[in-house]
Amino acid sequence: MMNIEKIRGDFPVLHQELYGKPLVYLDNAATTQKPQCVIDTVRHYYEKDNSNIHRGVHALSERATAAYEASRETIRAFFNAKSSKEVIFTRGTTESINLIASSWGGANIGKGDEILITHMEHHSNIVPWQMLCERTGAVLKVIPMNDAGELDMDAFASLLSERTKLLGVVHMSNALGSINPIETMIQQAHVVGAKVLVDGAQAAAHIAVDVQALDVDFYVTSAHKMYGPTGVGVLIAKQALLEAMPPYQGGGDMILMVTFEKTQYNDLPHKFEAGTPNIAGVIGFGEAIKYIQSIGLHAIAEREKTLLDYASKQAQAFEGLKQIGTAKEKACVLSFVLDGVHPHDLGTILDREAVAIRAGHHCAMPVMQFYKVPATARASFSIYNTEAEVDALFAALAKARDMFA
Amino acid sequence: MFSLGDLYQQVIIDHTKSPRNFGKLDPCNHDAEGYNPLCGDQLHVYVQVNDSNIIENIKFEGQGCSISTASASLMTESLKGKSLADFEILFDAFHDMATADLSDAPDEEVLGKLAVLAGVKEFPSRIKCATLCWHTLKSAIDDAAEPARTE
Repeated sequence: MMNIEKIRGDFPVLHQELYGKPLVYLDNAATTQKPQCVIDTVRHYYEKDNSNIHRGVHALSERATAAYEASRETIRAFFNAKSSKEVIFTRGTTESINLIASSWGGANIGKGDEILITHMEHHSNIVPWQMLCERTGAVLKVIPMNDAGELDMDAFASLLSERTKLLGVVHMSNALGSINPIETMIQQAHVVGAKVLVDGAQAAAHIAVDVQALDVDFYVTSAHKMYGPTGVGVLIAKQALLEAMPPYQGGGDMILMVTFEKTQYNDLPHKFEAGTPNIAGVIGFGEAIKYIQSIGLHAIAEREKTLLDYASKQAQAFEGLKQIGTAKEKACVLSFVLDGVHPHDLGTILDREAVAIRAGHHCAMPVMQFYKVPATARASFSIYNTEAEVDALFAALAKARDMFA
Repeated sequence: MFSLGDLYQQVIIDHTKSPRNFGKLDPCNHDAEGYNPLCGDQLHVYVQVNDSNIIENIKFEGQGCSISTASASLMTESLKGKSLADFEILFDAFHDMATADLSDAPDEEVLGKLAVLAGVKEFPSRIKCATLCWHTLKSAIDDAAEPARTE
């Protein structure tokens, strides 16, 4: 059994009041809070080790480089990548996907090729592919979903063909909470020779990912949804793919030799890390992964399921509430609309009860279009949330409903 | 501190539930679309302006939160029969009210009933909900090619 009080003690931000009421933070799908160990690690770096990496011969630079590269190894092990050469640090999931679309896409996608994504993608896994299609004349195809927010696997099978060059699929939907059957989808896509990109921004803090067992070509995620700092993320990709891909950005650190005639690019992973990276962020990311490991993803998933079940039950009994996203396989996200109260009004009213939720389209406008709603309210849970906080959410919702009654 | 009641006054709840001048105006000689990309609010404002620059009729449709719906409803109510010069004065006064210092009282003499929306200034993320309809109407009157946005 997990000691929630002890876990809550690890997160300083949780211990504050808003408008005289204790903060109830239920916007974890947007970003999670940071444990003290991550804050301390980032602070330690700036207080003791701050310097640039991969170039100085002095002690600070060596310490910073060692900590940065140790983080890469921690993240490699967490996702079970074959080699740390397969672990590329980026600004986040969005940049990771743009890197793939620009570098891999630019080299491998041509007129008439098809890129297959799903109806529940975040804008960051839609727009880069639309841009690529505009540049190349490739075609974007979309796997439909059903009313519960589950992918139509028959439609998926029939959309796959030799023309499919890439399947881009979100591991866990940020707007619905649905967990997609990526293992099967990767296998099916590989049969027709397509590469597969899995957007793990929402999933990676909740579901164990083994990139080798999945045989996934590209897995991307962001640190800040995994208790780590903002502005840093990762692209994990098969080495052979990365070797063959042209650099994404040019600059320092990604070169071996530069003359005005020609530049020889650096080896992996540095080839894709031009310029001074978010050093403190990467080091903090590594610490956040260690924090997750110290609790264990299995225990986390179990606890979060208990909490989601508790919340879903109350949601079902709440008059006028309609859940958006009721997939059999889902985690941590309770997306809903309430009769007579617009999600943005809910957001404001709940805020005054010190309950932080998200109201809006969750950067997934096609999902809103599917359900014919302009926006939803979304409560999203994490390991530090409690049943009492779920009760506070529904008490605040009752207040909002009464206000507009 | 402002309370929720300052924002969600009964007048606003009333206009949310039964918005005035809601629907399409046909014929009209100006209209425009407005978006709030942050929350997905969508608004269409239709207006019929006569040769003497008087707003003869004005209607709106779309979907949005209570603040954006009530604001549009109140706006249409207050502008029907007014001149375009009056619109300019009210536009500036409304904008000032929504973005003023917390301590500044709204100019009720100019704003009239619109002053009930003064509470939005305490809720920074909601100011754009209240001002969207005004920007949209301005686009309509200016015959702007692009939809109005609050960003």
